[in-house]
Amino acid sequence: MWIVIGTLGGLSLFFGLLLGYAATRFKVEGNPIVEQINTILPQMQCGKCSWPGCRPYAEAIIRGEAEINQCAPGGETAMLAIAHLLDREPKPLNAEDQVVADTKLLAVIDESVCIGCTKCIQACPVDAILGAPKFMHTVIAQECTGCDLCVAPCPVVCIKMVPVPLSLTTWKWPYPNSG
Amino acid sequence: MRLWQFHGGVHLDGHKELSSQVPIAQANLPKFLIFPLLQHIGEPTEPIVHVGDKVLKGQIVAHCFGSDCSLMISAPIHASSSGTVVAIELRPVPHPSQLTAICIVIETDGQDVWTELNAIPDYTSLSPAAVREHIAHAGIVGLGGAGFPSHVKLRPQDIDTLVINGAECEPYITCDDRLMQECPQDILEGAQILRHTLGGTKRCIIAVEDNKPSAFQALSQVAQSTSVEVVKVPTLYPTGGERQLIKVLTGKEVGRAQFPASIGVVVHNVETTRAVFRAVTQGRPLVSRVVTVTGNGVDCPQNLEVLLGTPMREVLAQCGRKSDIEQLIMGGGMMGYALPRDDLPMIKTTNCLIASGPGELRVPPPLLPCIRCNACAQVCPIHLLPQQLYWHCKAKDFKRAQAYHLFDCIDCGCCAYVCPSHIPLVSYYRYAKAEIRASEREHKKAEQAQQRHEFRLFRVEREKKERAERHKQRAKGVDSG
Repeated sequence: MWIVIGTLGGLSLFFGLLLGYAATRFKVEGNPIVEQINTILPQMQCGKCSWPGCRPYAEAIIRGEAEINQCAPGGETAMLAIAHLLDREPKPLNAEDQVVADTKLLAVIDESVCIGCTKCIQACPVDAILGAPKFMHTVIAQECTGCDLCVAPCPVVCIKMVPVPLSLTTWKWPYPNSG
Repeated sequence: MRLWQFHGGVHLDGHKELSSQVPIAQANLPKFLIFPLLQHIGEPTEPIVHVGDKVLKGQIVAHCFGSDCSLMISAPIHASSSGTVVAIELRPVPHPSQLTAICIVIETDGQDVWTELNAIPDYTSLSPAAVREHIAHAGIVGLGGAGFPSHVKLRPQDIDTLVINGAECEPYITCDDRLMQECPQDILEGAQILRHTLGGTKRCIIAVEDNKPSAFQALSQVAQSTSVEVVKVPTLYPTGGERQLIKVLTGKEVGRAQFPASIGVVVHNVETTRAVFRAVTQGRPLVSRVVTVTGNGVDCPQNLEVLLGTPMREVLAQCGRKSDIEQLIMGGGMMGYALPRDDLPMIKTTNCLIASGPGELRVPPPLLPCIRCNACAQVCPIHLLPQQLYWHCKAKDFKRAQAYHLFDCIDCGCCAYVCPSHIPLVSYYRYAKAEIRASEREHKKAEQAQQRHEFRLFRVEREKKERAERHKQRAKGVDSG
């Protein structure tokens, strides 16, 4: 009997140590699901979901504090992808958010009006605005995500959001209307 | 020579006799020429002339990025006649999107004066790289309709077979047929130049579909004493597809996500070959091409040598435009697309214009549900399952569509042609492909935005720390001072 107790005890001790070691050695930093949701989100950091950025929103979904349909720029596609990932029921977006998802925007600074206050530079979440104090600012069009966070801080209202025009390279074949 | 067969394919009504009997004529010089900056597959060109500049025929008006054709997949655009640049502005262009794009507009002076041409009298004395560079500067792209810059396909990469594509399998188009009949010597010479550029390929095959006997005869005659083989291939749509033609001629299949070059084959169209001949021996860049103007909507369907940039309206007028044109289609009867207006310019990829008369083109009958008859899978030249693709594309389930190899589809339209329920299958595939490409683009952009955002957070944090550090230092200074 002592042999049995000794063997089992030894085995439990060994596996206990092994698991304990693995838990520290292969520890996953943060919640991996948050990471997965974050890659689905459009990374505009616009805050339209009422959280200060895409990752905080992803974390809020996991904590159960946010719904899955709050990302306006991601639109239906993002909502469906998150629903699929978390195995939840899809939730329709509200109509306003759907409009946001369908139009791609770009911030444009009216450079003749700009006074060089740098307020928009501080607001831009992706550092897409170039400029220095008392010098004219301008938007790097390729980097602008169209989040419109720079519009409100401007004291002289010289930033406008304009729709990105379709070009031959961004045009998409439409869904066949028959059938 | 032994020939092979690709899977599927369809026998089509050619409608080629409309335009194949008349010799190629010269199109008139128009008052205005319009040059869209993107006339090929790849990156758009950048204008290097300004409004008010005088230009000569053959002068480059829009060049590749950095004026270097090897940086990106692109090809320069040349003025096709002499005159003055009167505008660089948005104009409607021939594209299925019906969008406008930046075009260079030239008002011709009627003199048609050439710029100084830089011919190569003896190309064999030059290195393949130098000849390739010359071809790139001549702005030559695949003239069969796809418009892939030719010099990119001429990079040395162990090619043993050069195929000159004279299959011309699409209904209505006869420009290659006429060209092979009228200029076989030019095509042969061009083929030899291409061979030299590829580093001397072992074999060179000119493939002609057997519904063009005169073209076959003309080429065979001039090729008699050379090592170039002229081969008759059976008429079957889409034999003119690059991969399908390679299969027919060599029995080899080009793998998924591979280029023909990876199995040692390069395919060039006959008119591209002629353009290479002209560029090298006469120094003449690509300023014109042969276009088939056909259909019951014109009185004299024929082939015209058209200056690039000529508005379609002028070409139609020259061919005796009738008042009852139902539809104007650019490209062949299978893969062409309808144009909304007739003031669009002829571009490098315009091989055919079909002006259809009343009742000429099949009006798609009412759509019926798919009955899973499998006719589409029997004709698909790529061995795909068009029906499965259709279900997944229709349901917007792009992952599954991709798993069924959506991106191997060549848009040939065989499946839609045989579908007894008249389902526009290709439209669904195009839609799905475009959506997938767009979402990949967006995903890339999101990743970039995320990186920039994370760097910004890091930067703000760092600045905060630095500021705190400075305050501390200063506080210390005050204390000790």
